Amino acid sequence: MSHQRYRTVVWLARLLVFIVVIGGWELCARLGIVNPFFYGQPSQVIGQIQTWIQNGTAQGSLWAQIAVTMQETILGWVIGVVLGVVFGVALGRSRFLSDVLGPYIKIMNSIPRIVLGSIFIVAFGLGLSSKVLLAVVLVFFAVFFNAFQGTREVDRNLMANARILGASRWRVTREVVLPSAFTWIIASLHVSFGFALIGAIVGEFLGAQQGLGLLIRTAQGTFNANGVLAAMVIVAIVALIAEGLITAIEQRILRWRPPALSGPSL
Amino acid sequence: MSATTSEAAQPTQPAIELRGVSKSFATPNGGRYQALRELSLTVAAGEFCAVVGPTGCGKSTTLTLVAGLERPTEGAALVHGSPVLGIGRDIGFVFQNDAVFPWKSVLDNVLAGPRFRSRPPDIAREQARDWLRRVGLTGFEDRYPHQLSGGMRKRVALAQSLINEPRILLMDEPFSALDVQTRAIMSDELLTLWGLTKPAVVFVTHDLEEAIALADKVVVLTAGPATVKDVFTVHLPRPRTVQEVRFEPDFVQLYQRIWHSLRDEVNIAYSRTTSVSAP
Repeated sequence: MSHQRYRTVVWLARLLVFIVVIGGWELCARLGIVNPFFYGQPSQVIGQIQTWIQNGTAQGSLWAQIAVTMQETILGWVIGVVLGVVFGVALGRSRFLSDVLGPYIKIMNSIPRIVLGSIFIVAFGLGLSSKVLLAVVLVFFAVFFNAFQGTREVDRNLMANARILGASRWRVTREVVLPSAFTWIIASLHVSFGFALIGAIVGEFLGAQQGLGLLIRTAQGTFNANGVLAAMVIVAIVALIAEGLITAIEQRILRWRPPALSGPSL
Repeated sequence: MSATTSEAAQPTQPAIELRGVSKSFATPNGGRYQALRELSLTVAAGEFCAVVGPTGCGKSTTLTLVAGLERPTEGAALVHGSPVLGIGRDIGFVFQNDAVFPWKSVLDNVLAGPRFRSRPPDIAREQARDWLRRVGLTGFEDRYPHQLSGGMRKRVALAQSLINEPRILLMDEPFSALDVQTRAIMSDELLTLWGLTKPAVVFVTHDLEEAIALADKVVVLTAGPATVKDVFTVHLPRPRTVQEVRFEPDFVQLYQRIWHSLRDEVNIAYSRTTSVSAP
């Protein structure tokens, strides 16, 4: 089978899966097999999104809600990534630091951090900072453990080579440890963006005046299943766009790597 | 005499001196593994010294002691007369496996040494281009290491080390990963490059032919823990062509003598590996 033809078949199969799942859902809702009041209905979900776009939501325009949530997500993500990389590399490079701080980080990682959201809302109010904090806490650990592991696995030969060539400890960290740990760090960037989004939305869910999380909560409060699903669809679209951007950045930064061997990928 | 003839005394001072060094490492199961035992070795300035010995006998450990990557457990390692306390500035090291930075282009890899040593960027760049020309990699400046063949990566590694103009060059089986033909070509190029700056070289290898073809002096180590068994001087005239020198009668004779010395150690090392794997 030619490559072109294979791709066409794959796309057709994808379309078929979509039609079967979403169409089946719609059909079951119309036939009364599932109750659309509890489980929603695809056509109604689309209708809900249209209404939000045309008339705005109860909290203001839909775009404003997306903007608020994205602002919290991106801020929390960037801060969490920076902290995670800094701490991960520092602890990976210094045995003393990792011996002292290691147990605390393990303890903090084992508590259900999402609960911290309640504390942040109480302490920092309904505004931006409580959501950003929750996102930071979720992102930090995902990035930290990858950065730490990546730093530990740097090729000893490369480090010895840099030192013999005349690099100071700081130069070794910057020019050898960071680039080689980057393969690990970048893997965590994808996952952690999702965590940041969860942090922002859960934060809004727990208490906010704006944002997609509040939209979900309002819909839940009025028993509007379609509203919850519509907000989910919007979040998913936003997350997919962000994922695409991160992949583009990744490919730019990691262009020194040999092209990946072909195989199944997602 | 000592006060006035410091100039004249210089040539007698060896570039590298290992004085009765022993080195042992802690093993994961709590024991100690002895790699070197009272090993003494001197290499004069500008001398090319090859170190041969059975697999896993501790050849590479001697290099890490000279480089300052490790400290001897007993004895002393001296470079230009002073004890090695840390990583020396005068040292170049070519590793067995690729140690070029995969995320740096060829030019940036060669530039690394001068940049780490805070040389001005434009001067460093010029030097790097110069060395790339010497190793025959002009036109490959912007490639990444994964885009090069194994032989080309070795050239990058050589240029990367030699650009610092080290007075001591340590090489740990540098060509062992290359195919036979590339290896012969690289050996010739190494001799040419060595002739440019004449550093003292310690070249660790398990290939006796390579050792004789390249070196002024071949040191045979015993099976681990390693100590010096014999030292052979190679009187073959320079410049040498690696592929041709091995047909000279002197070469063949020397090869037989050194092999005679090395053979017993190889057998000891081999019998150990086979007896360990069959409990």
